[in-house]
Amino acid sequence: MSLILETPAAAGRPAMQPVAARVASIIKETHDTFTLTIEPPEGDPVAYFQPGQFSMLYDFGVGELPISISGDPERREHLTYTIRSVGQVTYQLVTRKPGESIAIRGPFGSSWPMKEARGKSVLIIAGGIGLAPLRPAIYHVLRHRGDYNRLVVLYGGRSPRDLLYRKEFAAWGMLPDTQALCTVDYGGVSWRGYVGVVTTLLRHVRMQPTETIAMLCGPEIMMRYATRELESRGLPPSQIYLSMERNMKCAVGFCGHCQMGPYFVCKDGPVFPYTKMKPYMDLYEL
Amino acid sequence: MATSQVTAALAAHPFLEGLNPNHLEKLAQLAFEVTFEPDQIIFREGDPSSFFYLITSGKVALEIAAPGRFITIQTLTEGDELGWSSLLEQVNKQFRARCIDPVRALAFDGPRVIAACEEDHEFGYMVLRKILAIVADRLTATRLQVVDVYSAKGAHGK
Repeated sequence: MSLILETPAAAGRPAMQPVAARVASIIKETHDTFTLTIEPPEGDPVAYFQPGQFSMLYDFGVGELPISISGDPERREHLTYTIRSVGQVTYQLVTRKPGESIAIRGPFGSSWPMKEARGKSVLIIAGGIGLAPLRPAIYHVLRHRGDYNRLVVLYGGRSPRDLLYRKEFAAWGMLPDTQALCTVDYGGVSWRGYVGVVTTLLRHVRMQPTETIAMLCGPEIMMRYATRELESRGLPPSQIYLSMERNMKCAVGFCGHCQMGPYFVCKDGPVFPYTKMKPYMDLYEL
Repeated sequence: MATSQVTAALAAHPFLEGLNPNHLEKLAQLAFEVTFEPDQIIFREGDPSSFFYLITSGKVALEIAAPGRFITIQTLTEGDELGWSSLLEQVNKQFRARCIDPVRALAFDGPRVIAACEEDHEFGYMVLRKILAIVADRLTATRLQVVDVYSAKGAHGK
């Protein structure tokens, strides 16, 4: 039996075989989160991704991790990842220097339903680092503005110092037919924005629920409450999509680390229709 | 603001959605419009609870004093209710309310609303059901904040 797996995107290269890429830049986004930009080999299929997909990033001799791609899908000369430094591998990745190399596999997984959302309004609900996997979807809508109705981005973070892409976020809010609101759990006196859980922002959104596609990414507790709130506001569950997170190793549905009920998050996800995830989201064991 | 305008403003306020016209009229008799400037303090922690407000525009920060600073724990905006504890007797304000933007609101004198509720129990029941819904929403939101879902351990706890 052959153990060599192939993905359509990396046709010709075994899915488990990484390719080296040069670190172009590392930008500090917050006190613990960094945006890493790498230059993949020119024309390599590793750079052809859909919004919502992820790559496996490998720091030589340290380890490999799944990281969602946070850049523009149509700028293939670079691949961008926003990484929170919380462990050994992520620390090593965000302390690389421009010019150094890391290795990459992918892209892997399912993507946000950009085709299904055409002609509809797009409601993005992000929590914490969950804004990173949603940013390519936002870029896509902004690049193809005529294909979509309203764009609403709701973003919740722990505190003002934890918010990602602050300048870019403010710029989104200035665009026509676009609403970008953020809230934090705790704010100081100098913070003049919203304080409270992200679902409270839905009160400020005017959308036709049946003509809206919602895309959610963030802590599962947040997504659970957000889906309840969306349903109570008339959004059909079939129009809600979630990006799930589980420990992954192989990224191609082979090792079983990321199994969630009958699904492998790496292969069947990370983006799932809410209708598929609903039975599993309240289960402690999963 | 004339009583008819107050009634219209109350009818449009999400807090009072579904309230019958008689009860709306009764509340309108007790309401008056107030405005506040940015950074103006509407009430302080420990103040006797007197008024509650239905915010019609602007943003208010609910703050709690910590050593050397204030922490905002919630913001309330158009469509929100502020100061529900004034409908409980002998309870002081638990937080400081500070305006972030210019704020417009409809104000109610808590003791007068309590008296109206005592006089007409059906009316009182409807008002308290509305207040209870607010309290339940705030409790859920506060519990989610306490969980600290965005911490480094994250919701996955790993």
